[in-house]
Order: sequence, then C-alpha cells, then structure tokens
Amino acid sequence: MFYMSIFFQYMSQYVKTKLQYRTDLFVEFLSDLMFQGVNLIFILVVFGHTQLLNGWTRDEIIFIYGFFLVPFALFASFFNIWDFNERYIVRGEMDRVLTRPVHSLFQIVLERMELESLLGGITGLVIMSYAAAKLHLTFHWYDVILFVLFVLGGTFVYAGIFISLASISFWSDARSSIMPMMYNIGNYGRYPVDIYNRVIRYVLTWVLPFAFVGVYPSAYFLRKTEWYMYSFLTPVMGIVCFTLSVLLWNAGVKRYRGAGN
Amino acid sequence: MGKYIEMIRMRFLMMLAYRTNYYSGIFIYSINIGAYYFLWSAIYGGQPSIQGMTVEQMTTYVAIAWMARAFYFNNIDREIAMEIREGKVAIELIRPYNYLVMKTMQGLGEGIFRLFFFSLPGMLIVTFVFSLQFTTNAHTWAYFVLSTILSFIINSQLNLLAGMVTFFTLNGEGLLRAKRFIIDLFSGLILPISFYPEWAQDVMKYLPFQAISYIPSMIFTESFTENEAVRGMMFQAVWCIVLIVPIYLLWKAAKRKLIIQGG
Repeated sequence: MFYMSIFFQYMSQYVKTKLQYRTDLFVEFLSDLMFQGVNLIFILVVFGHTQLLNGWTRDEIIFIYGFFLVPFALFASFFNIWDFNERYIVRGEMDRVLTRPVHSLFQIVLERMELESLLGGITGLVIMSYAAAKLHLTFHWYDVILFVLFVLGGTFVYAGIFISLASISFWSDARSSIMPMMYNIGNYGRYPVDIYNRVIRYVLTWVLPFAFVGVYPSAYFLRKTEWYMYSFLTPVMGIVCFTLSVLLWNAGVKRYRGAGN
Repeated sequence: MGKYIEMIRMRFLMMLAYRTNYYSGIFIYSINIGAYYFLWSAIYGGQPSIQGMTVEQMTTYVAIAWMARAFYFNNIDREIAMEIREGKVAIELIRPYNYLVMKTMQGLGEGIFRLFFFSLPGMLIVTFVFSLQFTTNAHTWAYFVLSTILSFIINSQLNLLAGMVTFFTLNGEGLLRAKRFIIDLFSGLILPISFYPEWAQDVMKYLPFQAISYIPSMIFTESFTENEAVRGMMFQAVWCIVLIVPIYLLWKAAKRKLIIQGG
C-alpha cells in the first residue's frame, strides 16, 4: 500500500515537471514516433521486394511489431536503467538510494520513470489494429485477458534482462556500453524466430528471451497453433526473468561499496 | 598540428583503459550481425538477387556497414551538448585550440581505438562463422578505406552541427535522438538506399546521409562498378566541403549567442 501511494505521488510530480517544459515534451514525442517509424519503414521497404518471410506475410510481421511496441513502451517508461552505472554507481548516487525507505530498485524505478514513452504503446495498438483488420483476425472475449498477461510478461522479460545487466555494474566498473547494443538485439525478437539458426533461436528464447516480447505472444493472436506452447509460456518467462534479476540485484546491492564522494 | 595529434592519442589511451568492456561488445555485435544475416537470408528466400545484389553481397554489406560504423560513429554531438549544459565549454573556448577541431580529433581517437580493438577482431569472428565475401581486389580495398575516411568526416561534421544546435535550444536531447534515427535510416546502415522506392531515392540524392554508410559499403561489396565508386566518393568529397559552410556560420552565431550556465 505504501509502495502504491509513493508510486502515484512520484508519478504526479513527474507529470507536473514535464508539463513545465512543453516544447521538450513535444520534441520527445516526435522523436519517439520517428523511432517507431524507422522500424516500420524497414518492414515496408523489405516487403516491397519479397512476398513472404519464411511463410509469414507482411501484415503478420507488422502485427508482431505493433504488439512488441506495447510491452516495450511499458518497459521504457518504468525501467529506464540503461545508464544505471554512470548515473548511480560512478557518481555515488547509489548511497543516497540505499538510505530511502523503499527497496533500492523500486526507488530507482521511481526516480527514472519516463511516462512519455507510454505513447509508444498507443502507436503499437494502432499498428496492431491496422494489421488485424487487414488480416481479418477475430478475437474472443478472453483474448483481452491474455493480451494483458502477455504484455505484462513481455514487459517483465525486458525488465529482467536490463536489470540483470545493470546489476553487473555492482561487480565490474566498466562502462555500460553493451546496453545500447542490447536494444538492438531486442529487435530480433520481433521477427519469426524460425528464420534464425539454432544458436540464435536458442539465445533469443532462453538466454536473452526477447522472442517472448514479440513473436511468441503474437503468434497466439495470429492463430499460429504450432507456437502456442511458447505463447502461453510468456507470463511464466516474465516472472522467472524478473525474479532472477531481482535476486541478482539484491546480491549486488549486498556487495556494493560506495564510490565517488 | 601537434596538439591535435596529441588529442587523438589521449582519447585513444582513455578508451584503452576501458577495453575489457569491449570484449563483451564484440560478442554482442556478432550476435547482432548474425541475426541480420539470417533475417536477410529469409528476406531473400529463394530469390537469387534483389536490386542487383546477391544474398552474399547483402550479408557482407550488413557486416561491413556495422563494422565501419564502429569507426565513424562517435558521440561528439552529445559531448558538446553536455559541455554546454555543464558550462565547461567556457573553459574550452579560452584554450589555445579550435574547439570544433579538437572535438573531431577526439572522435577520431575513439574511432581508431574501436577500429583496432573492436572492428578488426569482430570482423575476424564474423568471417569465421558466416560465409562472407571478401574481395581480393586491391583497388576496392583502397577505395573502401578512402571512402570510410570520408564517411568519418561527414558523420563528424553532422555531429558538430547537431551539437551546436544545442547552443541555441539548451536542451537538445530529443533533437539528438531524432538525428540518430535519421542517420540510421537514411545512411544505408539498416537498408541499402537502392532498396527504397524510386521517389525516396531521388530525395536522398540531395542529402548527405548516404555518404556515411551506403557508399563505403557498396564499394566494399563491389555492388558498385568502378565508375559508380568514383562518383560516390566524389559525392562524399563534395559534401565534406559543402558542410563546412553551415558549420562555420553556426559556430560564429553560436559563440555570439552562448550563455554559460554555471561552470
């Protein structure tokens, strides 16, 4: 309960500060839209030269992309920890975080939230509906529940991976240059994993399970029965990933020695 | 001149201190290129060639484009923006060197470091794992080297321009991000320019972006004829010179406009 009330208080403070700088907010929205546009253009241009991607049509790939944007937006809004090392470890800010009455990870989530990224989720829904209309997909009432579950699962998969990466900085003080590249790898979960060879498919499913943020859950809505098992695994993967990462984080915090001044 | 070479050396040594972190980077880059490799193989499906490029040329294109990016890529736009925000730029301006040249040299030091500790070992791994086509034609290699140097210059010039714009806007985070997406898309890094629809290609002919990634990569994969390669490099060279004008003007205006925020 306490966590909830703190969360909403931080949220309302955040909205207030953001509304002070409206042009900035506008530019950020615009650059987010551009980011989503770049990927969509890639898909459109590629399908200008081919009909099928290993049996998947253009609209199906677009649907996966739209789905991907929803958990990704949630992740980007609340787990903005890609620069954790520079921001908290190098500058010694972690000391301050540890004195706060809430869990250190939760405190960082609060401080670093970027609610404007949620707009990406709306873009995603629009893209999805467009693709669904083109594909004449039909949905049952319980698909809504599954959608929510899959989105949350995907969000926690993403969060788990990035929290684990951030936790590494408790052990090594190298700068976190792998983080931006990780964002790139995340993109490959958006394409049907059967196009990759065994190694990469394995990596995307079990090591860096980005496929659970894109193709696996979407396969359910696209009625690709052969992937159903993986689709339903999405929430489980989310819980597992997130739990492991929090355990790793806690172990890291125990090891943490203040740096900076 | 000596002081600028010293700048390159300093930045190189600074990067060297953080080298461990690049070994993991190579691994991630290799996965990245690997995934692209299969993505493109799937896109080609059974087709022998698209827009005059075979699937081998395409995968080599992707690999070389990403490896070359490690060389030309730098964050000097962000550094300039940060130095303005923190007021450090005031001190930089009274030092006896040209601030912009100094920034470019730092970028070059970073690029050279990544070339030796990142691109070359990375390329070695990637060639072992995937069937990439490397030409043995010395001409192509010479053209490629020259063209990559030009692409470094153009990319740095664009970064300087973007960084200087933050002199006027004070908070340019969104702008710098937008610039990055534009460069990813229009430089030919994720898609060769020849894949775009005609009208888009016509527009891009008048923009400098394809000089960054498309031209060197096309030269390397020999998707360009010798004639096209020379014309491509001319295109790059012209942009290198043309871009000096807005940099010069903006720099003059920026110095006049500069407000030091703290320091």
